[in-house]
Amino acid sequence: MSLAEARQARTSARNGWLLSAPALVILTIAAIGPLLIVLVYSFLTPGDYGNVVWEFSWNGWKSVFVEEDIFEGTLSLADAHLTIFWRSLSLSILTTVLTFIVGFPTAWWIATKPPKARAFWLFLITLPFWTNILVRTFAINQIIRNEGVLNSLLIWAGVIDAPIQLTYTPTALLIGMVYVYLPLMVLPLYAAIDRFDMRLLEAGYDLYASRWQVLRRIILPIVKPGIIAGSILVLVPCLGAYVTPRILGGGKMMMLGNFIELQFGQGRNWPLGAALSILLLVIVTVALLFYVRALNGEKRNG
Amino acid sequence: MADVTIEARNTIKAFGQGTQAVRALDDVSIQINRGEFFTLLGPSGCGKTTLLRLIAGFEMPTSGQILLDGIDITDLPPNRRPVNTVFQSYALFPHLTVAENVGFGLTMQGRPKAEVADSVARMLALVKLEAMANRKTSQLSGGQQQRVALARALAPKPKVLLLDEPLSALDLKLRKEMQVELKRLQTETGITFILVTHDQEEALTMSDRIGVMSAGKLQQVGSPKDIYTRPVNRFVASFIGETNFLPAMGVAGGAKLGCGAVVDGVAAQGAVTLTIRPEQVRLTAADEPGAIPATVTLLVYFGTDTHVHLALPDGASVVARVQSPATGEAGLAQGQQVGLRFAPGAVQVLED
Repeated sequence: MSLAEARQARTSARNGWLLSAPALVILTIAAIGPLLIVLVYSFLTPGDYGNVVWEFSWNGWKSVFVEEDIFEGTLSLADAHLTIFWRSLSLSILTTVLTFIVGFPTAWWIATKPPKARAFWLFLITLPFWTNILVRTFAINQIIRNEGVLNSLLIWAGVIDAPIQLTYTPTALLIGMVYVYLPLMVLPLYAAIDRFDMRLLEAGYDLYASRWQVLRRIILPIVKPGIIAGSILVLVPCLGAYVTPRILGGGKMMMLGNFIELQFGQGRNWPLGAALSILLLVIVTVALLFYVRALNGEKRNG
Repeated sequence: MADVTIEARNTIKAFGQGTQAVRALDDVSIQINRGEFFTLLGPSGCGKTTLLRLIAGFEMPTSGQILLDGIDITDLPPNRRPVNTVFQSYALFPHLTVAENVGFGLTMQGRPKAEVADSVARMLALVKLEAMANRKTSQLSGGQQQRVALARALAPKPKVLLLDEPLSALDLKLRKEMQVELKRLQTETGITFILVTHDQEEALTMSDRIGVMSAGKLQQVGSPKDIYTRPVNRFVASFIGETNFLPAMGVAGGAKLGCGAVVDGVAAQGAVTLTIRPEQVRLTAADEPGAIPATVTLLVYFGTDTHVHLALPDGASVVARVQSPATGEAGLAQGQQVGLRFAPGAVQVLED
């Protein structure tokens, strides 16, 4: 390599760094920085009026999993925290399954419409996104409360005599979550089904497959990337959901998001809140890793 | 009497409603024999694919029946008909390997695993793709995908194999190879093949019999030679190969052309159209007795052959196909006066 070439290589390397500098700055300030602060906070001591005292402590992490009895000094498993974890996880998984069951036929139906109609229906699916989630959640509350539209309608139709108590139950929370996160399932499913070659259905029927076999052996395996993407897109925000459980759960159905908020607010235990946030991040990252794995597996075989 | 496998009886297929309805198939009846290579030939939109889809079960006829071995299968869904299709787009399953694709039909029929594996191996050997068994279909070339589609459709040993323009996506050289390959597969398996194509050459070279379709109707059914040499109407004559049309008047013992020359040996009455293939037109010296005088207007060189466009005295034009002159030999020239004769028995009278 001549001297001139070496200099040119150095210059282009330096220019490369310079060009990527804006992105690096944004990444540091917006992503890595706050995350590091949260991580550091989780190892500090809570201050008396919130905030943190700069003194190293394991207590934030310890109290995620165990409780210390103030009087006896004994340790026991933090049941309340585990209940909240379990509720968040099970409700999120249930929401994901329900959005898939509702979303798949919806996405299929839209994808098989003529192109013009598709744009219209997709617009309708995304329409709730343009409305504030708080307002939408209150609206759902109006529908399902005892004097709400749903119960009035059912009583008027004679299906039930007394209103079904839905508000502040896990069912209400589930209805709300499915409603809020449904578009996040429908859109990736639609994208996958839209790419699906409908001629394969005829090939399947021609080769002696029943409708059920065509669904299970041909459609579902081929749109699998869409199913995985939709599931991740629903599961991840569900785990951290805050507004929906707050309003529809009436404070009784606390989920991880609410619990974390509590620690930074009334709980005045920032290190615990920070530790919980990091834990949530780990759960989500593991879920994403599964997703990437599944996709790569797909590519290896394909 | 021949052994009939597939029969369509007075099938009508209309798309759309009321006055908007279009008849893709207009009262078509056809019988296809066991072990036959039958080709449905026609331009796009003639109804040939619709007929194929009716036999496969993807479409229901508006009226009429489809029979398989004498049994009415009109109402059977495709997955219960012992009929398989090779699709124009191949429609291979992208998530399965070549072997899984070929075995799909057998697996769906609930055959034991060992039998499926055995059949798949035999089918892959038949289409010479043994080495590709574990590849994904996206890793194959167009010709290989075509072979997989064939093997997949043949594996369940259908009574009838339907081929919907299977060669149209291949380049010319590959198409020629696959034509030979298809013919070989049909002979080896003895399965009835029904091929849909718009390529008349493909139809002529591969088929035992051809059904020529146009505007939802079956125009003529016959052997390739029949169809080529004895077309029943103007559509069949012009769709298959190149031909000349000459208006004529029936006279005693022949037909009189516009220029006054009489073509002998054709039975015609009143105004008719005569047709003759370019290769059946013979060129002679201009002054040969009995020859029709003509002027060379254009010479089109095709390698072994040359198309000679000729004008008759009344302005009617005729194309003759002659062997190109050998190197160094003087050929015809534009504007040259020649005589022409029609090969005996080659002139057909069309009903129009």
